[in-house]
Amino acid sequence: MRFRIIVLAKQVPDTRNVGKDAMKADGTVNRAALPAIFNPEDLHALEQALSIKDKNPEAEVILLTMGPARAAEIIREALYRGADRGYLISDRKFAGSDTLATSYALSLAVKKLAPYHLVISGRQAIDGDTAQVGPQTAEKLGIPQITYCEEIISVDAKKIIVKRRLERGVEVVNSTLPAAITVHSSAPVCRQRIAKLLMKYKHARTVTELQNETKDYTELYNNRPYLLIDEWTAADLDAQDGMLGLSGSPTKVKKIENVVFQHKNSKMIGNTDKEIEGLMKELMNSHIIG
Amino acid sequence: MENFYTDNPNLRFHLTHPLMEKIVKLKESDYTEKEKYDFAPLDFEDALDNYDKVMEIIGEISGEIIAPNAESVDKEGPQLVDNEVIYARGTRQNYDALVKAGLVGFTLPRQYDGLNLPIVPYVMSGELVSRADAGFSNIWGLQDCAETIHEFASDEIKNEFLPRFHKGATAAMDLTEPDAGSDLQAVQLKATYDNRKHCWRLDGVKRFITNGDADISLVLARSEEGTTDARGLSLFVYDRNDKAVKVRRIENKLGIKGSPTCELVFTNAPAKLVGDTKMGLIKYVMSLMNSARLGVGSQSVGIAEAAYREAYKYAMEREQFGKAIIKYPAVYEMLTNMRVKIDAMRSLLYETARYVDLYKAYNFASKERKLEAEERQEAKVYQKLADLYTPLLKLYSSEGCNQIAYDAIQIFGGTGYMKDFPIERIYRDARITTIYEGTSQLQVVAAIRGVGNGAFLAVMNERANLPVKPELEYLRTILIKMTEQFAKIVEKVNEAADTEYYDFHSRRLVEMAGNVVIGYLLLYDANRSDVYVKSADIFIRKGRAENVAAVSFINNCHPKDVNDFKI
Repeated sequence: MRFRIIVLAKQVPDTRNVGKDAMKADGTVNRAALPAIFNPEDLHALEQALSIKDKNPEAEVILLTMGPARAAEIIREALYRGADRGYLISDRKFAGSDTLATSYALSLAVKKLAPYHLVISGRQAIDGDTAQVGPQTAEKLGIPQITYCEEIISVDAKKIIVKRRLERGVEVVNSTLPAAITVHSSAPVCRQRIAKLLMKYKHARTVTELQNETKDYTELYNNRPYLLIDEWTAADLDAQDGMLGLSGSPTKVKKIENVVFQHKNSKMIGNTDKEIEGLMKELMNSHIIG
Repeated sequence: MENFYTDNPNLRFHLTHPLMEKIVKLKESDYTEKEKYDFAPLDFEDALDNYDKVMEIIGEISGEIIAPNAESVDKEGPQLVDNEVIYARGTRQNYDALVKAGLVGFTLPRQYDGLNLPIVPYVMSGELVSRADAGFSNIWGLQDCAETIHEFASDEIKNEFLPRFHKGATAAMDLTEPDAGSDLQAVQLKATYDNRKHCWRLDGVKRFITNGDADISLVLARSEEGTTDARGLSLFVYDRNDKAVKVRRIENKLGIKGSPTCELVFTNAPAKLVGDTKMGLIKYVMSLMNSARLGVGSQSVGIAEAAYREAYKYAMEREQFGKAIIKYPAVYEMLTNMRVKIDAMRSLLYETARYVDLYKAYNFASKERKLEAEERQEAKVYQKLADLYTPLLKLYSSEGCNQIAYDAIQIFGGTGYMKDFPIERIYRDARITTIYEGTSQLQVVAAIRGVGNGAFLAVMNERANLPVKPELEYLRTILIKMTEQFAKIVEKVNEAADTEYYDFHSRRLVEMAGNVVIGYLLLYDANRSDVYVKSADIFIRKGRAENVAAVSFINNCHPKDVNDFKI
């Protein structure tokens, strides 16, 4: 049996380069004003999966994402870097999902891809920063989870050893497989796109995307079936409607507050070793440095 | 995310030049490889899109990896440990990223695991990498050697060496020796045939060899005992795995410090002959040198772009006497002249690359099928144009990037003279470009052959007949007059029938011709996109003034006056 790795990834608005129109007046994210990108820590997760494949070329890396039609972009990005294939789960019924509903849908898709050995995702997404989807998915799948992974030290068909990056140090743990791993940003960055794979997969499309293509490459898709990205709906996953989207999401946003950082008072630090030491201690205690 | 390709729309402008359709069709043998390779393009549009996307990868690696590494690479440099050149940490990281992205073997055919990309995007990759780190671009650019092996070596050698490039093999061209620099005919390194082992053996010393400890080296050596000139030289390929070369030292240089420049001692080193004996310098190295000159062209444009961006940014931020210094005529004139010069250099670079692409593509096509008479004619025309433009490019772009780096430091003032900003490194890196792969003075010798005759005027007159928008007519009129003026002054210098007098003025004549050639290029760029109207206008008007000055000097400098300059 091929070693199967499923990478969970999300397309997110690029909140790292926020301009003044990044938020709407009602306090929600203005997605149209921000470019959509591959969630950064999910790219670290993909790198972990691909480096397992480097050592064991028989391993299979599958990217799984949930989102609107255009989220297929990150599946292509994964294919360009060496993933074997990707699945987009997309349905209007998923709209408004919080982490619970999302992990429900993802777990159904992962089950459909069984048997698998590893489920790897980024620790958290830069739009919500909850760090819940990976662990919740693992819970629903009933498999062990290792969060904050910095390095996969070793992995074979049955066991994995992982170094975790914690607040005050590192921890090395092992687990049986299958297991779910969430990857921290201190893990190696993802490799670049590979020229030949990019040329090979740039025409990869979901059926939904194909309907909007201007150029007719029908023959191409008949000859190269690997260019069709699988798209699953709620029905394909046999999902229960009540557990999807808004109705499956207990999270309710009560209030959103715009916080503007301002300095209110200042403190003079004298030019003596003692005062500077005091400042350093204060900064270290409040985790600003150190 | 820094991306040196997407942040510079000039590159896409050149990548989508109208002549590309012909180049790509030839290079892709009319798009027949798609049946065999899943990454071969389906049609022209698809191919161009591939190039664009590959440039995006290189632009990202340049902006995100190579440029941030440039400072530490410059400081650290390569080291010699146990007869092995160890690249600086950043250099290793850079090369590794490019290899992993599958970019080495850029122009090689797919059968050798290459990407089968034309010279134009290859040259563009050189520009991108050079903008990030000029020294590193040598290591990247030496895959030119693969192209030479592909063009001239036997199938046996091609099958052995070419697929190694895609896996990351590095290359070197070992030409220069202590007593054979500009004058390569004087090469002494000896090649003898070993009848017992059925291979060639190399013995001797090479000096100033960029990336001398590379995996695959092309070595120019004297195979014909008793000869003293170019006709006794042949080209060999040496495999580093044979461990028969000692790296005596790595030079300590002014700039491009990340690029290891080695002195090598060959001792009974086994090697394979590329092509035929005696054709080493005359044919193969000439071809290799032309690619290398194109490479220096791309390096120069990359350096110039980096210098300009640094200077522009600083001039916007730096305030003196109550306003940003970019507001002062003395500063904005410098910056605009830099910008215009870069547009000019770049236009000449990609025009030359297109000509090289076309004649090479025809040459390769002729090995597969019999070319039509019309195609054979075209191949000749493009080869001539490539030969004409290559030395002009090398001269103009390398001198230009030095001027631009110089002015960039000037804009920084005292701050630029310190080690605090990258501009001092860029300035040091720029300096080599007018020297290696043939000095500016030797480019003049090569270029004057091309521009000092009727064929050149015929080409320029052809350019003059291409239609332009009415609002650009005035520029064409100026260029026609400049061409006539040039023809007249060449005739006058020729009339003296004095070789030394002709040599004495040849740089002036070549530079005058350069102003005409580039003037036309910018005129047609402006015709294709309004973005270049300003550059075309400024360049042509300045060029006109420079040519008037040159004519005035030549008219007042007769053969006897040359003696005043003799020392």
